Amino acid sequence: MMSLFRDGASSKQASRAAIVLIALVLIALPFALAQAGTAWVRITNLAILFALLSLGLNIVVGFAGLLDLGYIAFYGVGAYCYALLASPHFGLHLPFWVILPIGAAVACLFGVLLGAPTLKLRGDYLAIVTLGFGEIIRIFLNNLSQPLNITNGPQGVTLIDPFRVGSFNFSKPEQWFGLAVSGPIKYYYLLLVVLVLVMIVNVRLQDSRIGRAWVAIREDETAAQAMGINTRNVKLLAFAMGASFGGIAGGMFAAMQGFVSPESFVLVESIMVLAMVVLGGMGNIWGVVLGAILLSFVPELLRYTVEPFQKAVFGKTLIEPEVIRMLLFGLALVLMMLYRPAGLWPSRTRRRELARAKRAR
Amino acid sequence: MSERPVLLAARGIGKRFGGLTALSDVSLTIREGEIYGLIGPNGAGKTTLFNVLTGLYIPDAGDFTLDGRSLAGLKPYAVAARGISRTFQNIRLFADMTALENVMVGRHVRTRSGVFGAILRTAAERAEERDIAERARALLAYVGIDRHSNIVARHLSYGDQRRLEIARALATEPRLLALDEPAAGMNPTERQSLGQLIGRVRADGTTVLLIEHDVKLVMGLCDRVAVLDYGKKIAEGEPREVQRDPAVIAAYLGTPVDAPAPAVTA
Repeated sequence: MMSLFRDGASSKQASRAAIVLIALVLIALPFALAQAGTAWVRITNLAILFALLSLGLNIVVGFAGLLDLGYIAFYGVGAYCYALLASPHFGLHLPFWVILPIGAAVACLFGVLLGAPTLKLRGDYLAIVTLGFGEIIRIFLNNLSQPLNITNGPQGVTLIDPFRVGSFNFSKPEQWFGLAVSGPIKYYYLLLVVLVLVMIVNVRLQDSRIGRAWVAIREDETAAQAMGINTRNVKLLAFAMGASFGGIAGGMFAAMQGFVSPESFVLVESIMVLAMVVLGGMGNIWGVVLGAILLSFVPELLRYTVEPFQKAVFGKTLIEPEVIRMLLFGLALVLMMLYRPAGLWPSRTRRRELARAKRAR
Repeated sequence: MSERPVLLAARGIGKRFGGLTALSDVSLTIREGEIYGLIGPNGAGKTTLFNVLTGLYIPDAGDFTLDGRSLAGLKPYAVAARGISRTFQNIRLFADMTALENVMVGRHVRTRSGVFGAILRTAAERAEERDIAERARALLAYVGIDRHSNIVARHLSYGDQRRLEIARALATEPRLLALDEPAAGMNPTERQSLGQLIGRVRADGTTVLLIEHDVKLVMGLCDRVAVLDYGKKIAEGEPREVQRDPAVIAAYLGTPVDAPAPAVTA
């Protein structure tokens, strides 16, 4: 990878060409996927949503080293914020650029609410408390239908407004230059833009004073404190930042689906996002995105291949795709722990530091 | 010497852990620009006193001031902000960060940029980042490990890790640099150059508080020395006097005070 960018001018050109190429592929991608079925575009959109979530969780777990097992709660808070402010449920129909910041702010507040009482906990204990927090949020969403109907309980909130800018509606199919552009394709581009923005924010935070303070706390909290880092505030900041990314992702999820219910925010989802972060490589932004995309796509690929394969070979389905998925998922995690404990794309700054050292010489 | 202003004054510091009295009624004054040694047998309470003075432990009794302002009860990060910075007896570097990044973390307390500055990469934030990196590089050169600036801390040699801890502590611009057994595990050559480094830190205007087992290093370097034994200060003064103090000799060698006792030598 690094050899591509080794020396001076030619490397700059090469990397610029690579970026243009990747951008072109990403722009063309949804149309190619649409050939295989709009379902694949939807799956891609969900993968990007999960990448957003993983990037948010990466701040908490990867940078600051705070094991959070209830992260999906912030996704839920963001989703319900959007659902309640843009649906017939309360008769409110605020535009999305108003709600998304509100969702991020409310999720951020919940992040601080979770962070404050857990400041003194580390490792397993923190994991247990955050797990409980995630469940509390879900159970609240499930039960806040009486005496006052706020969340509409297990039925969830339906008929949520799609994103709209003026007369431009994100969920309505259109023709652009003779190309059929479905709703999911429009959302794909929006998600892609948000993903790029969130990645830029992540990269910038990582190479900043606050980012270093997070990593210092992860490495040695006592030493970090002795070096003048207000560990309480800096940890709360990590929770708050991570949560607001989750809130934004949640809002987009609600708008895309048009429907939210507590079922989407169960513990397994939290664990899934954490698995994406760990699989890709904790603390490494590209690794985390890779992990999210792999773990979103591979199960879907299996869903589409396992059954036809068995039918062709054995004439009938011996093992349900769902079972195989979980089997392979478990196997992959075990293999990862054995052979790549630091993730598929590990290391944070190490390669870059080495390259910098080479250049300096 | 004695006309120098007092930098740190501790009065009647007491600390107990359950039934164990780790410190009782310890008072000491450190004057600006001196190297103050803290010695004593193992378990005498040196590191406990250190942890009290750097905010890690809250003392049960007594008070201490830096430049006349009380620091007792402050959190470690607040103590660091006021100007006491430390190293650790068992090295506590940020193991997976590079040497340079370790020192850059030390600049945290003297810099301001927050989340929004970082996200927007404002001009002020970029200028501050450049300044942080520059100063960190200068400090690595100061302690003599600038050639390792991009090496991950855990891969540095033991002696270099000790030096990196000093550089990281200096990055907080301390009034008082507190070193907890900086020469532990070093060979004689490394000890000697460490002694030179500590001398240079003092010459450049930072007061030093030094815990050390190596008597030769302490005696050669320190202006004044306090001796702790069983949580009490049993002697204080210039190294030569303290070395001959019968109570000190008894504490170290266990001989009764009235028996003919050999002087403590290196």
